[in-house]
Amino acid sequence: MSFIDKLLGRKPSADSAKERLQLVLIHDRTDLTSSELESLRDDLIATISRHIEIDVSEMQFGLEHDGRSQRLVADIPIKRVPRRRAKGKSKAR
Amino acid sequence: MPAQVITITSGKGGVGKTTAVANLAVALAANGSKVVCIDGDIGLRNLDVILGLENRIVYDIVDIIEGRCRLKQAMIRDKKLPDLYLIPAAQTRDKNAVSANDMNRLAKDLRSECDYLLIDSPAGIERGFKNAIAPADRVLVVTNPEVSAVRDADRVIGILEAEGKGPAALILNRLNPVMVKKNDMLSPDDVLDLLAIELIGIVPEDEGVIVGSNRGTPVASDPKSKAGQAFRNIARRITGEEVPFLDLDHSGGLWDRIQKLAGRK
Repeated sequence: MSFIDKLLGRKPSADSAKERLQLVLIHDRTDLTSSELESLRDDLIATISRHIEIDVSEMQFGLEHDGRSQRLVADIPIKRVPRRRAKGKSKAR
Repeated sequence: MPAQVITITSGKGGVGKTTAVANLAVALAANGSKVVCIDGDIGLRNLDVILGLENRIVYDIVDIIEGRCRLKQAMIRDKKLPDLYLIPAAQTRDKNAVSANDMNRLAKDLRSECDYLLIDSPAGIERGFKNAIAPADRVLVVTNPEVSAVRDADRVIGILEAEGKGPAALILNRLNPVMVKKNDMLSPDDVLDLLAIELIGIVPEDEGVIVGSNRGTPVASDPKSKAGQAFRNIARRITGEEVPFLDLDHSGGLWDRIQKLAGRK
């Protein structure tokens, strides 16, 4: 890393290489593009929202790797559980 | 005991596969093992020049497969090491001249002839690569601490797992400790973290490797060369010996961590 890089506050190039590779390898291994992942996220939000109200702004969603295996991790905060329906009053939608 | 078949591959070209095969072959043969290496890069042969045997070629791998010569006629004995043999690739044919079955049959015949059969895979993930890994008992993946080489190595490691040839072991070639120290090169820790496979050796960048290939004398036979020492260590690890990783960084810290990561400490 050169003096000029440090002066400009640029991060070491090895760090950029590692971060970029982490993302690329996850996508290579799962064969999922960023836009496919995005639409998966939207579908997930739509499905869960039909049952409970969730806080989309605080939601964490992404691929993580554990050794050579990949996992899809979603951490979805619930805003409020709709009050249980009163007995005998349940109505079909 | 029948030979162990070891294929050396990488995905990306130019990372030092052929150099690794030549050096491991020399180091293993110098330690008393009988070694046959096969150049699997049909149409683009190079292992012959790296070993300095280009003037001795009469028959090649396609001649064996197509029955124009006996196996032993195509095995070229090394100039200095009597237990090292090369089966060269055909230069004027293409990769379709050989099938995975041909490679399996050839390896089967050679198993009783030597202790180690090293196969130099061509770059890429197509037919030549598939042929080269078909008979492998073990696969070594060569990479450089560089984004494109690491990415391609990851692809190859994934394919090897899918084909039941995993887990592969990694040779990290052309590491420049000065650049790693300046944080301008992926460190061995970084690469192992990304690829998540076993490390079998780290080879430092060394001008001697080019000088050696100029002369057709791999650096593994040069007792003063650092890269040569690294290859000799990998050869010993192949035979099952526990060998500590080279201390390339004199402060020790980084290399201690690598050794821990590789389970050597």
